Amino acid sequence: MSARVVTGGLQTTIQDLGRVGHQRQGVPVGGAMDRIAMRLANLLVGNPEEAACLEAPLIGPAVTFDEEMLIAITGGDLEPTIDGHPVPLWHAIWVEPGTTLRFGRAKLGARAYLAVAGGIDVAPVFESRSTYLRGAFGGCEGRALKSGDVLHASPRSAIADRLCAALRAPGRRFVAARWSISTGVRPAYGDDVLVRVVAGAHYDELRTEARSAFFDATFRVSTSSDRMGYRLDGPSLALARPLELLSEGVTFGTVQLPPGGSPIVLMADAQTTGGYPRIAEVASVDLPLLAQLKPGDRLRFRLVALDHAQGEYLAREADIAQARAAIAFRYGRG
Amino acid sequence: MTFDTSGPNIPMRLTALGDRAITITVGSSIDEPTRQRVHAVATAIDDAQIAGVVETVPAFASVTVHYDPTRVPAGAGSPHATLAASLEAVLRDLRSNDGAPARIVDIPVCYGGDFGPDLDDVARQHAMSPDDVVRLHTAGEYRVFMVGFMPGFAYLGGLAEAIATPRRSSPRTAVPAGAVGIGGSQTGVYPMESPGGWNLIGRTPVKIFDLRRERQTLLSTGDVVRFHAISLAEYRARLAPA
Repeated sequence: MSARVVTGGLQTTIQDLGRVGHQRQGVPVGGAMDRIAMRLANLLVGNPEEAACLEAPLIGPAVTFDEEMLIAITGGDLEPTIDGHPVPLWHAIWVEPGTTLRFGRAKLGARAYLAVAGGIDVAPVFESRSTYLRGAFGGCEGRALKSGDVLHASPRSAIADRLCAALRAPGRRFVAARWSISTGVRPAYGDDVLVRVVAGAHYDELRTEARSAFFDATFRVSTSSDRMGYRLDGPSLALARPLELLSEGVTFGTVQLPPGGSPIVLMADAQTTGGYPRIAEVASVDLPLLAQLKPGDRLRFRLVALDHAQGEYLAREADIAQARAAIAFRYGRG
Repeated sequence: MTFDTSGPNIPMRLTALGDRAITITVGSSIDEPTRQRVHAVATAIDDAQIAGVVETVPAFASVTVHYDPTRVPAGAGSPHATLAASLEAVLRDLRSNDGAPARIVDIPVCYGGDFGPDLDDVARQHAMSPDDVVRLHTAGEYRVFMVGFMPGFAYLGGLAEAIATPRRSSPRTAVPAGAVGIGGSQTGVYPMESPGGWNLIGRTPVKIFDLRRERQTLLSTGDVVRFHAISLAEYRARLAPA
């Protein structure tokens, strides 16, 4: 199957769940910023959760599907439309050959995910189809999509075949399934969110007033933010004493405190190691909330115990497994 | 040689790096004994194939163990607690890794001229000639202490104190791939174009990072690196055809 990019949007890239096993070579994990949205989009079209999708921040692309296609759009609401009709998020959607999908403005959240049945097929680099813009490799030639690019999908699954058969209606541009991902499983995006964190390795090094400020303040995502990290505007924080740290492993969600006093939250394309103090780590279950913030949006932090963070993570994974099972039960074999 | 974590050796500390990773700290400085401990720990954990572990990332004095909480066997405690216990068991039984001898990688460098815009400045800062700087740089035997910061970027230890030079006060916005530089007491080669504040003294025609090569990142932790000087003509001859 193929689709043509009519317009690329702001910075639409091919992403999957990132590069696993190569961090010791300095290769960042990368992959989708909002991993939950991407995984659920894949489930909706009968794909493995790690299949490659499009990640479209703020201004989405326009894509024409040359063949019949089963798609799903999740994550931020960038007002997807087909022939002017709104296309629902979090639903499996059958589209007719020759259909063009367009996006408007970000109404909620910051980035949308478009999954196609079969997953987007490009040559993997370091075992992943994610686009690493800084290194200019992976995805579509290591860059954002532009007008004229052609996307190919791998063969779709039996579940996708049955979904297509159930929804197909020649003569209609698109048909959405009546069921969808339940609202309880969709992350609660917003432009003013509470993000849970656990204490970082150097949390105790913060001055008392800095610790209070970190949890009392409302931070804003600054314009100096990208897939590598979000720099936060807010009160300047300080450590009780200067620290000379050796570079150590960091991860998506690490909150660093550089000498300037403005915290940085490392995101999907974070470097593998870093030397700044690590004052907090975002609970993985809340990373999608962060991923859907755009510059100017606000966030506050709340300290939770590691046990709590992991319990929430496991509960969310159980929800996703249940969604997967429900779709497989309805459209799977037998 | 064994590491007895209950003995007088430096104790190893396990700290959560959020809810999907654990950092094992084995020292506090950049030196060879610490590097060997890091290597032994990382190797032991990889060999143990603990359920739930996704990958290990060695650094100067620590190893970060990334894991999937849903794949850590359910136990009495949290996934973190269960994994920490498994890691502690591996660390208790730690043996030194008397594995294969270090790979020696010899890197040709065309020093000075357009490739070494900071060579004269480095020489001046140390009251020596540019030739002396090159001589000291090529005489060294460097150990890769860790790979990080960007794909294939190897942190090399062993730079002669005599040519250790502080980073430039204003970093360049674009340092080319292959640039050889000195940053403080470290030296290294930029694997791809990036901003950088190191003092650039030369350039290598060798690709430190090459996606088309089977060994995509040339340098790995534990490798020994040597530099030798080549002429501009030789540099041009050794550049891979485009």
